[in-house]
Amino acid sequence: MAELEKTYTVKPRDFIRAGEVSIQIQSLLKSMGVTPDIVRRASVCAYESEMNIVMYGGEGTFTLRVDQDMIMIRACDDGPGIDDIELAFQEGYSTATPEYREIGFGAGMGLPNIKKNSDEIQVESHKGEGTCLVIYIKIN
Amino acid sequence: MKAGELIEKLQVELSAGATGLDNTVDNAYCGDLLSDVMAHAPQGSVWLTIQGHQNIVAVAVLKEIAAIILVNGRIPDDDTRTKADEEGIPVLLSQDTSYQVAGQLFKHGIGTDCG
Ligand SMILES: Nc1ncnc2c1ncn2[C@@H]1O[C@H](COP(=O)(O)OP(=O)(O)O)[C@@H](O)[C@H]1O
Ligand SMILES: [Mg+2]
Repeated sequence: MAELEKTYTVKPRDFIRAGEVSIQIQSLLKSMGVTPDIVRRASVCAYESEMNIVMYGGEGTFTLRVDQDMIMIRACDDGPGIDDIELAFQEGYSTATPEYREIGFGAGMGLPNIKKNSDEIQVESHKGEGTCLVIYIKIN
Repeated sequence: MKAGELIEKLQVELSAGATGLDNTVDNAYCGDLLSDVMAHAPQGSVWLTIQGHQNIVAVAVLKEIAAIILVNGRIPDDDTRTKADEEGIPVLLSQDTSYQVAGQLFKHGIGTDCG
C-alpha cells in the first residue's frame, strides 16, 4: 500500500463542520483499499478525537499517515489541555456541559472508544498548552 | 430490505436523504448518546433516535448506517436535512416511540438473524 500523509484542520466549537475531517479520512482509506473492518475502527477513532477537539480543544491539527502496515492519526490542539489523563480515559467521565449532553454528547465514551478501536495510543497534554493524541491502528 | 421500503412498512415520513433510499437495511440500533452509537451500532442499521441535529449524519456515515428514524415526532434541523441530502442518508420521521418502531422492525424481520 502506498505511503500517504495528509493534514487537516479542525475548528473548535464548529458544530456545523464537525465530523467532516473524519468522513474525509474514511473515504480516503476506503479508496486506498484498506479493509472495511480497519476503516471502521479508524473512523471511530477519528470521529471521537475530532469531536473532542470541537467540544473541548483549541485550534486543531489532524494528521493521517498510512504506511505499509500501520495507520496513524494524530489529533493535536492548542486548547486548555487535559487535567488528569487517567481520569479522562475512564468510561463515563466527562466534563461536557448540560447543553452538550442534551444533544447526545458527553457520554464519557470517546476516549474509551478510541482505546478499544486502536492498537496503541499516546497522549500528551499540558495544562494551558494543549493536547496531542496519537492513535495507531495496525493494518494487518 | 431497502431503506425506501421502511416508509410504507412503518408508516414513516421521508424528510431528507432520498438518494440513500436504496441502502440495504439489515439491522437496527436505538440510541441517543452519540458515542454509544459509535461504539455499538452495527453497520447496515436503521438508527432510531430523538437527536435531530446535524451531527447525527456524520455518525451515520462513519458507522455505515443505512437510514435514521427520528422518533417521538422529533423533527430534524435544517442543517441535518441538508447534510443528509449531501451524504445520501435517509432521514425518516415517526410519531411513535423507539420501542414501538423497534417492535415493528422486528416484526418485519429486521435484525432477527443478526447476533
Ligand atoms: N482535546 C481535549 N482537550 C481538552 N480536554 C479534553 C480533550 N479531549 C478530551 N478531553 C477531556 O476528557 C474528557 C473525556 O473525553 P471523552 O472520553 O471523549 O468523553 P466526552 O467527550 O463524552 O466528554 C472530556 O470530557 C474532557 O474533559
Ligand atoms: Mg469525546
